[in-house]
Amino acid sequence: MSRETESVPPAEDFDTFAVKPMDGRPSAVWRTHSDGTSHAPVAADDRPALQRIDLQLPILDKNDRLAARNRAFFRSRGIAALNLVSSPGSGKTALLERTLDELGRTAKCAVVVGDLETDNDAQRLRRSHAPVAQITTGTACHLDAEMVARGVEALDLEGVRILFIENVGNLVCPASFDLGEAVRVVLLSTTEGEDKPLKYPPIFKSAHVVLMTKIDVAEVLGFDRAAAARNIRAIAPQARLIELSARTGEGMGAWYEFLRSQTGGAPR
Amino acid sequence: MESAMAAVLEQARAHGARKVHRIVIRVGALSGVEPEALQFAFEIVARDTAAEGAELVIDTVPAVARCPDCELEFEASSGFIFACPRCSRLSGDLRKGRELELSQIEMS
Repeated sequence: MSRETESVPPAEDFDTFAVKPMDGRPSAVWRTHSDGTSHAPVAADDRPALQRIDLQLPILDKNDRLAARNRAFFRSRGIAALNLVSSPGSGKTALLERTLDELGRTAKCAVVVGDLETDNDAQRLRRSHAPVAQITTGTACHLDAEMVARGVEALDLEGVRILFIENVGNLVCPASFDLGEAVRVVLLSTTEGEDKPLKYPPIFKSAHVVLMTKIDVAEVLGFDRAAAARNIRAIAPQARLIELSARTGEGMGAWYEFLRSQTGGAPR
Repeated sequence: MESAMAAVLEQARAHGARKVHRIVIRVGALSGVEPEALQFAFEIVARDTAAEGAELVIDTVPAVARCPDCELEFEASSGFIFACPRCSRLSGDLRKGRELELSQIEMS
């Protein structure tokens, strides 16, 4: 190819020159830019020659970018943001009701809650007087970073230390959507199967904390807590496991202790 | 795939290229990305762009976990439970396998 035998013009943006033969081609003078990319000399007809650039460029989709923005925002305000994920009916709202009532007295909390329809959960949570924003997703089976940003905009965050993001009840899709949270909390209730972590591994894999909820009724349901804990540990050995009941209050102390440990970041 | 294509076309523009011939994307085994779906989407988003007709090469990165006890790095090939082959300890420390990145572009 004649393009490659062309002599190198004195261009300022090339800081080094290197010989870098490509498959099946004769060695040619390749130019290396300051950013590490390189290409063969420009052809006489001014058409660029074949260039090969090597990079390590993460492909971020729009949600990843917005999640990064949310994360920076929460961090800058010293807010610990938690994304609560579980199947429908595993007790996310009941857990939050009690948490807002009890922990909310000493650490100001706010909630963004997602459901396909209704603001029933927001109404339940507002009884605690915490700022609550309901997001109705329509047909979407998960919250995404943009919805959370919009929900947060509607909240008065003055003095808020902990933001709970109650995701749409679903153990599949929320796994793929980073909301910008610092902590992902996955709930498994004793009304579900002990093997759920094995059946839905990605969401458990991504958890920082797994809460086994409704332990007060485990016995009557014949739920094997030890087996469930083994399954959780097999999939998510990185996660902190807390077993609790939002109804009786058992185990809630460990949950509050964890939450307090997350509020260390002072607002900048 | 749209963001991948946007990144490819941006690189092409930045390097003054008019035609993209070959794209290599590194996909981690646990990235949640289906190579077949990626190929399919690629053909659609490449249509009427400088990358139309380009070859898409998907370079799969196996999942590698690190044992918290003996520090062995091992290939986690059996799903989502990473058990150390030396000491059987379970690991949650995934070192490789979540990648989704553009690794090479050939263009002119």
